[in-house]
Amino acid sequence: MIAALKALFGRREAPAAAPPDAPARQLALVIDLNVCVGCHACVTSCKEWNTGGAAGPLFDENAYGANPTGTFFNRVQTYEAGVFPDTETIHFPKSCLHCEDPPCVPVCPTGASYKRKSDGIVLVDYDKCIACKYCAWACPYGAREIDEARQVMTKCTLCVDRLEDAALAPDDRKPACVKACPTGARLFGDVKDPDSEVSRAIRERGGYSLMPEWQTRPANQYLPRRITAVAGAGPGDVAARPDPHASAEGAGDAVIPPGR
Amino acid sequence: MNPAFSVLVFTTAAGAAQGLVVVLALALLCGVPMAASFVRTCLLVAIVLLAVGLAASFLHLGRPLRAWRAAAMWRTSWLSREVIVLPAFIGLVAFWWGAARDPESAPARLILPLAAIAVAALLWYCTAMIYACLRFIEEWAQPLTVVNFVLLGLSSGSVLASALAALGGEARALALAAPLALVVTLVAWASRTAAWRRNAALRHRSTLQTATGIRSARLAQTSMGMSAGSFNTREFFHRASLAALGRIKGIAIVLAFALPAVLTAAVAAGALGDVACVVAVLVQAPGLIADRWLFFAQAKHPQNLYYQVVS
Repeated sequence: MIAALKALFGRREAPAAAPPDAPARQLALVIDLNVCVGCHACVTSCKEWNTGGAAGPLFDENAYGANPTGTFFNRVQTYEAGVFPDTETIHFPKSCLHCEDPPCVPVCPTGASYKRKSDGIVLVDYDKCIACKYCAWACPYGAREIDEARQVMTKCTLCVDRLEDAALAPDDRKPACVKACPTGARLFGDVKDPDSEVSRAIRERGGYSLMPEWQTRPANQYLPRRITAVAGAGPGDVAARPDPHASAEGAGDAVIPPGR
Repeated sequence: MNPAFSVLVFTTAAGAAQGLVVVLALALLCGVPMAASFVRTCLLVAIVLLAVGLAASFLHLGRPLRAWRAAAMWRTSWLSREVIVLPAFIGLVAFWWGAARDPESAPARLILPLAAIAVAALLWYCTAMIYACLRFIEEWAQPLTVVNFVLLGLSSGSVLASALAALGGEARALALAAPLALVVTLVAWASRTAAWRRNAALRHRSTLQTATGIRSARLAQTSMGMSAGSFNTREFFHRASLAALGRIKGIAIVLAFALPAVLTAAVAAGALGDVACVVAVLVQAPGLIADRWLFFAQAKHPQNLYYQVVS
């Protein structure tokens, strides 16, 4: 019955190919896990820009107290892979992935949540949002955070208000997090343009999607960590040690996988 | 998920109202003789319950004054469809309440009861699909979600109809409603048990490995990226212990299913006075809230994978 009514009512399940109204451009971030050092500069620069930009002000509570909480569009998390002593610490920046089939958009009852036709950025119209939180439930990545003070849903905008600001120098017309990253771990560009820096990085360095099992087709991709040998390293050298995960899992890199 | 009390009250109260209206409509269509005043009292109770539910649903919104906008996206959103069908149902029941002053008229006898059954069913479907359509919340994305919303609504509605019939001295209506309440409550109990069994055996498709793309078999979070909580930790974690979940499940089983079944069976068999049906309503209401709480608490959102460790 559900399947029949779904076919009747909804255009829910993810289409295999790109939908006909898919944007020609798709701006996205590509996160290089090789060089992210977990400094949180992208987190603070994101908060700083967006609390004063078109998406703000962003809620903060008890900011200088024992239990500060607030609205952030971007977080840097840390994971430990492997078994001691062969462990790796992986810093993992996480923000909205601007999915090509975003599950948060069709569920929105007011149309406040939308995917911009011109460049594929998933945005919230704060004037239409009723803060029912259904879009946050419908995002498997937990990318959306409600602003408790303004009572609207907020999320990463890829700094739309920077991208088109003619008052900014052309090199500054990119997300604040990209500008702030000291190691260049955040690449930004059009993933639909095969010659862009981000497309090349995805193609040549095995860019992958988070939770591919739900077919949300995230635009943001992650570049897996590669263990590079040090030139001229001797057998006793730490860097020349065999890959810690190779024996346990019969695979090379600690981080997966080529292809999306 | 962290159960929102407003949604628990809304879905439980509206579900009972829908069940009551459907049972009343079935009784009329089956030709059970009932006083016009009794029919109108039942419809009024349903309207009050729906109004309580509607008020509770507004409390769920951060911006209730903009609630009118929620009807816009009915082409894609089950929530939007529910927002349209709920007031339509309230209007229909209110219209029936007016028309029921003349119980012999065709609308009051046939057309409105049939329409009420159809719209109540549609509303159950919309409400349940709000949850069942979220494919990655695997506890919800299953047909039993729809079945259970319908059965729990019918169970509470028929128990409530029995109580109203007992209070109104409508013996013929009670003779239909009490056995119906017994059967539907037992079926709802079985269906809910099936859902619990299925969800207990569920192996989630998302893992920390698919969430991060880090392939290592031993992978642990050492920091979620913040020292205190965020919306992500408040909205999606219920923070109740496993023991507490077990106790709430016990409460739901006893209050929502077992006791109402025993009481309505006793009334149907004539072993207890008709007023026992009123006791059944009072007992079942907190049980249904407990059961709906479990429905939310047991749903494990995949985003929780990213929020495991504070440091």
